[in-house]
Amino acid sequence: MIAEDSVLLRIGLVKVLETAGFEVAAEAGDAPGLLEAVREHRPDIAVVDVRMPPGFADEGVRAALEIRRQWPDTAVLLLSQYVEERYAADLLSANTRGIGYLLKQRVADVEEFIEALRRVADGGTALDPQVVAQLLVRRPSDPLERLTAREREVLTLMAEGRSNAGIAGQLVVSESAVAKHINSILAKLDLPRADADHRRVLAVLHFLGVA
Amino acid sequence: MNIPPWLRPGLVRLRRALPRLRRDLLFAAVGVPLHALPPLLALWALTQLAGLLEGTSDAAPVLLPVALGGMVATAFTLTEGQRWRLRRLCGVDLPRLRFTQARRQFGYHFLAGPLLGVLEAALLALLLAGLAAASVFLWIWALPAEWRLANMGYATEAGYATALGLAAVAVVPPLAAQLLRLENLLLTSLLGVGRAEELARRVEDLTRSRAGAVDAADAERRRIERDLHDGAQQRLVSLALNLGLAKATLTDLPPQARQVIEEAHREAKEAIEELGSLVRGLHPAVLDELGLDAALSGLAARAPLPVRLRVEMDRRAAPAVEAVAYFVVSEALTNIAKHARATRGEVTVTLLGEILRVVIADDGVGGADPSGGSGLKGLAQRVRSVDGAFRVSSPVGGPTVMTVELPCTP
Repeated sequence: MIAEDSVLLRIGLVKVLETAGFEVAAEAGDAPGLLEAVREHRPDIAVVDVRMPPGFADEGVRAALEIRRQWPDTAVLLLSQYVEERYAADLLSANTRGIGYLLKQRVADVEEFIEALRRVADGGTALDPQVVAQLLVRRPSDPLERLTAREREVLTLMAEGRSNAGIAGQLVVSESAVAKHINSILAKLDLPRADADHRRVLAVLHFLGVA
Repeated sequence: MNIPPWLRPGLVRLRRALPRLRRDLLFAAVGVPLHALPPLLALWALTQLAGLLEGTSDAAPVLLPVALGGMVATAFTLTEGQRWRLRRLCGVDLPRLRFTQARRQFGYHFLAGPLLGVLEAALLALLLAGLAAASVFLWIWALPAEWRLANMGYATEAGYATALGLAAVAVVPPLAAQLLRLENLLLTSLLGVGRAEELARRVEDLTRSRAGAVDAADAERRRIERDLHDGAQQRLVSLALNLGLAKATLTDLPPQARQVIEEAHREAKEAIEELGSLVRGLHPAVLDELGLDAALSGLAARAPLPVRLRVEMDRRAAPAVEAVAYFVVSEALTNIAKHARATRGEVTVTLLGEILRVVIADDGVGGADPSGGSGLKGLAQRVRSVDGAFRVSSPVGGPTVMTVELPCTP
């Protein structure tokens, strides 16, 4: 399910999704069309543009919240020209299951985009690094200052919704090293341990003041 | 007719002077009744009033308000008359008067006006007398013979009279011109717009036109942002997406072709980045939708050094003020990243009553000079465009603190 008003980009997205083995059930050009299509097709995941006609404001965010409320089984991946942690906060305050919020330009890195898409479709979380960076800016920084540079990197990736393996791949370190960093981060930030990926993201986001 | 050459310049001057003289005299002649009316009216009103007070007048007490109303009406009508006279004869257009200037109108019509009227009448009388005296030899024969007999030697007297008359006629043109100048001065200063009012109006005009210019520039920035956002950026993303797709799917390409695709993909992504930062410098849509707080957190997050942000606003400020505040922070963070060699920055935005205060601090090397750098100068100009205050404290060795205060009253 794709909702995106730019036809060029929509065609491109469809191609990407089909290449990755997804089946595109419907396409929509605006928010009412999106909700209608979700009602009809009950897709696993909806890829939604934030700015859509007629208002070109935050229609996509509101539509995403509506989808989360009515059909909680449908995961939502929001695409936006600019990322804004307020929108993310709105989305994540409901819950973090099956939520993604990425900069539009991330779709250009096809593999990474597909990976995030899979994660969200499977009930995980994918947050744009810029959203996480914005969250770090707003946070009273005292406990964050105790983190080492490496731990900050790991925290950022963790908040983006990546698994230990994902973080290890990104930073080119071993998984056990990542696990060690995470333990130390959770201890320093006084966050409860949790096993599932999205619970861990929730904890981090909680600390950052979103969820 | 042959005019001797030595006479020609004089004739030319005369031809030029005559319409002017005609105009000056006409001006004075029209002025006499216009100026005579108010004192006559006032005199009549006063006698009526006096009669009323002494009980000798049989006029009803109703007459007094009628007289006063008449005076007011006359003042206004006469002002229109004076405007007409000035416009018609001197080409000077007085602005239409407001009622608040009634005091000055009264001052003109009942004090300065009568004096001017007397001067005008005197001037016209001087002209008539001068003309009569100068032409004494022409009409003296018409006088009865007895008079001429009783005044023997009148020819000598008539000679004096002619000389005096000529002299009087000769001084009339310059006097008329002087009188016209004097009246113009009084008219424009008393019936025209005063200097203070003129200045106030001008300040009002300038404030309005500057606000208009600031708003127009803002609207233009917004339009450009939207055009880039909905047009170029989308296309670039789509291009980068397709190139990424090509890179991911066309695995059996020759290495050169692969390299070309990879290069193009990288460049498309860089172009998106560049366009993105250009748009952010202009006027990001998020500023309109979610306000300063949200827009600034995006700026702070993208700064190449850690920036701590605190925004305390219980309401939104005017769009122009928000745009300036955003621009200030954006430019300041860019400056810090470029020049300050700082390890961290701090942005504090507080809305205190009618003042939006933006403080940007860094722990860099300092030495920023608002008079030198074009960046800081541009900032100061943008702040001044909404009547804001701009201060920079940047001792060599740091730290640098920039304070901007923007008035939020509309």
